[in-house]
Amino acid sequence: MASGFLKRLLPALALTATALTVQAGESITLASTTSTENSGLFGYILPIFEKASGIQVKVVALGTGQALDVGKRGDADALLVHDRAKEEAFVAEGFGAYRKDVMYNDFVVVGPAADPAGIASTKSTDEAFAKIADSGSAFASRADRSGTHSAEMRFWKGAGKNPEGQAWYKASGSGMGATLNMAAGIGAYTLSDRGSWANFKNRQDLKILFQGDPKLYNPYGVILINPAKHPHVKKAAAETFINWITSDAGHQAIADYKLHGEQLFFPLAAK
Amino acid sequence: MGGFSQAIADAFSLLLGFDARVFEIVLLSLQVSSLAVLIGTFIGLPLGACLAVGNFPGKQAAAVVVNGFMGLPSVVVGVVVYLVLSRSGPMGDFGLLYTPSAMVIAQVVLVVPLMAAISRQVVEDSWRQYCEELSALRFGWRDTVRVLLYDCRFSLSVAVLAGLGRAMSEVGAVMIVGGNIDRSTRVMTTAIALETSKGDLPLAIALGMVLLVLILLLNAGAFALRTSVMRRFE
Amino acid sequence: MSLFPLQLRDVVFRPNGRAVLEGVDLTLSGEGITVILGPNGAGKSVLLRTVCGLLQPTGGSLDWGGGAFDPLAVGMVFQHPVMLRSSVIDNIALGLVPRGVGARDRRLAAMAMLEQVGLADRANDNARQLSGGEQQRLALGRVWLTRPRLLLLDEPTSSLDPSAVEAVERIVRQIRTEGTKILMTTHNLGQATRLADDIVFLAGGRVREHVSVRRFFSQPASAEARQFIQGELPWHLAF
Repeated sequence: MASGFLKRLLPALALTATALTVQAGESITLASTTSTENSGLFGYILPIFEKASGIQVKVVALGTGQALDVGKRGDADALLVHDRAKEEAFVAEGFGAYRKDVMYNDFVVVGPAADPAGIASTKSTDEAFAKIADSGSAFASRADRSGTHSAEMRFWKGAGKNPEGQAWYKASGSGMGATLNMAAGIGAYTLSDRGSWANFKNRQDLKILFQGDPKLYNPYGVILINPAKHPHVKKAAAETFINWITSDAGHQAIADYKLHGEQLFFPLAAK
Repeated sequence: MGGFSQAIADAFSLLLGFDARVFEIVLLSLQVSSLAVLIGTFIGLPLGACLAVGNFPGKQAAAVVVNGFMGLPSVVVGVVVYLVLSRSGPMGDFGLLYTPSAMVIAQVVLVVPLMAAISRQVVEDSWRQYCEELSALRFGWRDTVRVLLYDCRFSLSVAVLAGLGRAMSEVGAVMIVGGNIDRSTRVMTTAIALETSKGDLPLAIALGMVLLVLILLLNAGAFALRTSVMRRFE
Repeated sequence: MSLFPLQLRDVVFRPNGRAVLEGVDLTLSGEGITVILGPNGAGKSVLLRTVCGLLQPTGGSLDWGGGAFDPLAVGMVFQHPVMLRSSVIDNIALGLVPRGVGARDRRLAAMAMLEQVGLADRANDNARQLSGGEQQRLALGRVWLTRPRLLLLDEPTSSLDPSAVEAVERIVRQIRTEGTKILMTTHNLGQATRLADDIVFLAGGRVREHVSVRRFFSQPASAEARQFIQGELPWHLAF
């Protein structure tokens, strides 16, 4: 009695399954950061690469720490992240085959327009962070082992402050966007990469209050997952991508991407 | 700020403008969730029926476990399926992580307990009514399960719809195992999460409205189908 | 292998200490229609369910002609038969499902049986919308289709109107003619006289009399049986 229904259903099932698995051409999985994805950079440069090479790049946007974990498990072919110390350790431990410089952008400190800590007039990152801590103004932290979080921790250390456990220090434990939403909601300071900020729409009262210090420089590196450790890594296709994004053509594409007329990422010559 | 009026306007332009990107996302959502629910139907409903009909030690415990798993957070399912499908996990060789198949698997895990629990309840009521008759006709448990599932098909559509609702609306599991990859594994819920993280709240709400409209349409369709068939056999 | 003579020896059914059957001794031959009579609460339905294997007696034994109980050879029709939410033809074919008959053969056999019980023109209707009499005929056909050697009928015509009762009785006689032993209960003494070859009178969980129908109504041996016949005739025919 139910078999007629089944007979009609099974072909539909098979069809759907095929539709989900059929994929045109080659692809690689790139674990990267929310900053590159949310800023719209990939949306601009990846179609250019795909056109040139026929390789589709599938971007999984995570925090840098998570992206490195995904790489360690062999669930990506390449990484594009921004935490140089961790990246170098990753390669040294044998998880990555090698690392190459790609580009940089910079961090900005955003906060409520009224600037209760008065950081707009400061001259250095250390001073700005010290003032936030001293005034006890609310600060929203990523607290998610991302590259931005790593940088923020460096800045607190530079300022000689330890914000952990302070009432004004709000650890969001989530991505850049969620943390910016939080900062906008409670009128807190936060550290953001310029790209995520530029593409962030729910600003409410937030604005950039501190920027331009060379310390805020934020370099991105690309890493090939070590095929010796994970034999399924699509080495050839991943290297095609790595070579392209570090080539003149790749640099040009990065430099060409502008949001609201502003260039967000600056290519870095390979070392 | 006008967030809501903006959202409503955006929702309409998304729906009426027939944006190809949005269409792709909606289509993938439907494909992944309907396939998951289809597979879940073939696992969850018989499982529930067996729990209702079966007479084995630990039956109560099994029912409690199934009911408990109904409330499993989708993020937990996501992490577990991630670890299983990861290249370093037991099923890593299939390379399923960050593919729609992975999302289907995670959603199957999510919907099976829900569908089994509803199915158990529905079939148990029916079983109480038919128990003697079917026993006297010498139905074994397999045939009993089949006949009861068929007999409860109208009520069981609720289980299917509940499964579909959970599959289409969950975000935790598909985000982790699918990776929210543009034009590959981005579905409605992960797109909503992404737009929220970009601070584009009106667009997020607009996508949410599209999702809501979709689920409402599916429910209305199922309801219409159910009543038209039921008129004949209830 | 024959199921008969079916011998019940001192069958007791006492769930949770509440006595229902107090020691039933009964021998049934493989032919004819045996009607169980008795007041409400005498244990008639329980006795049928015990013979059907749906209830396990708490004491005593059943001997099936010296062989093992063959569940497939024993069928039962209940007072309120259950209809699946499906067509008449699906319902009448139901008993063939656990007997491994394929869908096509089920349909053919079901069609023939619908002719026999006079429901052929209702084949594709919703079984739940049949009248009470039609549902009872369907239930009879459903069990008949499984070709039982022993058919148990529990109050098959209670709450049916006279013409429906007649239709059901016609089918019961037909089944008997095909050589199926029938053991049934009824409250309708007229029906008992029309159908029965022998009468089992059950009271207080015991068999008080097991005699031919003629003898039961003309010379009831026990006082209870006399009272029963007088009390029930003729006003409580369809109680």
